Amino acid sequence: MDPSIMDWQPVWITLKLAATTVSVLLLIGTPIAWWLAHTPSRARVWVEAVVALPLVLPPTVLGFYLLIALGANGVIGGPFQSVTGSSLAFSFAGLVIASTLYSFPFVVQPLQGAFEASGRTYLEAAWSLRASKWDAFLSVASPMAVRGYLTAIVLGFAHTLGEFGVVLMVGGNIPGKTKVMSIAIYDHVEALEYSQAHWLSVGLLLFSFAVLLMVYAFNRRLPVHIA
Amino acid sequence: MSTILSRFRVEYKQFRLDTDLEFPDEGVTVIFGRSGSGKTTLLRCLAGLERSPTGHMKFGGQVWQDASHNIFLPVHRRPIGMVFQEARLFPHLTVRDNLNYGYRRIAPEQRKITFGQVTDLMDLGSLLERRPQKLSGGEQQRVAIGRALLTSPQLLLMDEPLANLDTQRKQDILPFLMRLRQEMKLPIVYVTHSLSEVLQLVDTLVLLKDGKSAASGPANEVLSRLDLAGTTGPSTVGSVLTTTVVAHETEFGLTRVQFRDRSLYIPEQPLEVGSSLRVHLLAQDISIALGKPETPTSVLNMLPATILEIGPTDPKRSSVNIKLDAGEPILATITRKSLAHLQLKPGMQVYANVKAVKMVHEIEEY
Repeated sequence: MDPSIMDWQPVWITLKLAATTVSVLLLIGTPIAWWLAHTPSRARVWVEAVVALPLVLPPTVLGFYLLIALGANGVIGGPFQSVTGSSLAFSFAGLVIASTLYSFPFVVQPLQGAFEASGRTYLEAAWSLRASKWDAFLSVASPMAVRGYLTAIVLGFAHTLGEFGVVLMVGGNIPGKTKVMSIAIYDHVEALEYSQAHWLSVGLLLFSFAVLLMVYAFNRRLPVHIA
Repeated sequence: MSTILSRFRVEYKQFRLDTDLEFPDEGVTVIFGRSGSGKTTLLRCLAGLERSPTGHMKFGGQVWQDASHNIFLPVHRRPIGMVFQEARLFPHLTVRDNLNYGYRRIAPEQRKITFGQVTDLMDLGSLLERRPQKLSGGEQQRVAIGRALLTSPQLLLMDEPLANLDTQRKQDILPFLMRLRQEMKLPIVYVTHSLSEVLQLVDTLVLLKDGKSAASGPANEVLSRLDLAGTTGPSTVGSVLTTTVVAHETEFGLTRVQFRDRSLYIPEQPLEVGSSLRVHLLAQDISIALGKPETPTSVLNMLPATILEIGPTDPKRSSVNIKLDAGEPILATITRKSLAHLQLKPGMQVYANVKAVKMVHEIEEY
């Protein structure tokens, strides 16, 4: 195996995609997880079911509908094209949208669990100590949910690294634009370039293992343990 | 003296709170009731943690809630301190940072108590750098009280702060609560299902039953009401007297205390002459005599008294409660046979023989 034949472009695209997706997911996942953890509303179970859908749907189903929605005539792609003049489908931005939906439960569920574990009790204590709702969220709920955030970031990141079906449907396979590692590996195998496939696969394997190892080790040392 | 006025109606599936109360904004007001009586809900309404849709609440001159004008002061803007049953210390912060949490959120000119004063009062000096998880239950509760005090509250709300502690820990905390009552001019509303643990503190008593106020008023007035005897728990039927230490008879191991113009001998107490002491006269420890005995007796405490009221007789029970005026209202439990034999009637002059006096700082287990 010769590392010089390794094509690094899919690696950078994959890492960029995973990092962007996780950032977006934390921003929109936090309020949704917060709402799910605290609402008495009956709509809650419906939202929970929708959030969990990507866990059970074949990626091709999600990819198929996303392709339609992101296309030039789709509900998202249409307006996007008329404003920006470019297409969402087969673009990096389209990939981010697809990955966000695909990894949604992997970020929302750990956050929801963490918010539920700390519950209302500590928030009430914070309010009674003159903290506004926003202040209590930042100074009490968030630091107490640090394990949940860590799990959410790692699972969201790792799940995005490993996605294949949705990316293939929505992003196509454009080198330097939307070709991610999993697809590059598939292409190399198809072309019987086993050596290149090995380099990418071993890299992905080691990276994933190292990240998980780090998280579990770090998690044990965190001061906050909520039963 | 101004008051705390409140009117709350809250309805849940199998529970309803419906109270209309007024109590003084000084001293310790105890809200007593069995579990499910609504006492915690009432406290949460006062704190603003629960919002009664038609509620109304006034603290002194400030309106905190007025549903008819859509006024509701959110929890964090009420000048309250709250102590919960579980200490609810923030697990990600040290004791010091827990104490500072509320303190930092108060404008410096509104701070009426310093960090050092609170750590002295609650004896927290050696705990400051510890994590809450490493503290005992009693220590956690002391930190929680200190944390609430550091917001310089105008009203301290306590929801069964001793309920999760064993008897020994309760004994440890109680002196701190008494110091709080004596040293800070801070009205306290204290919720409990165990009256004996707060007899030393209570000034005003509110009895809650099935979400409604069954009685409220000065503690001894409520405690000595015959129609309520038994609702406060079997070992609390009786009266609570605030007395003054007048002399010690060290050679006999006795202390003489006074209330109104009567005096009582009690086991010697390590207190200075002039200090005040609450004692609990249990109805079962008091008997009635028609006159002073002609032959000498070993009974030390004989209080001249007038019969005020004779409690309802129950054919299934052999005893009956009698309410006497011995300067303060006190209760006596005698047999129905004695009642018939002595032909007791309201207005009769009698003597109350006090066989034992309980110190109320002795918390007992049920």
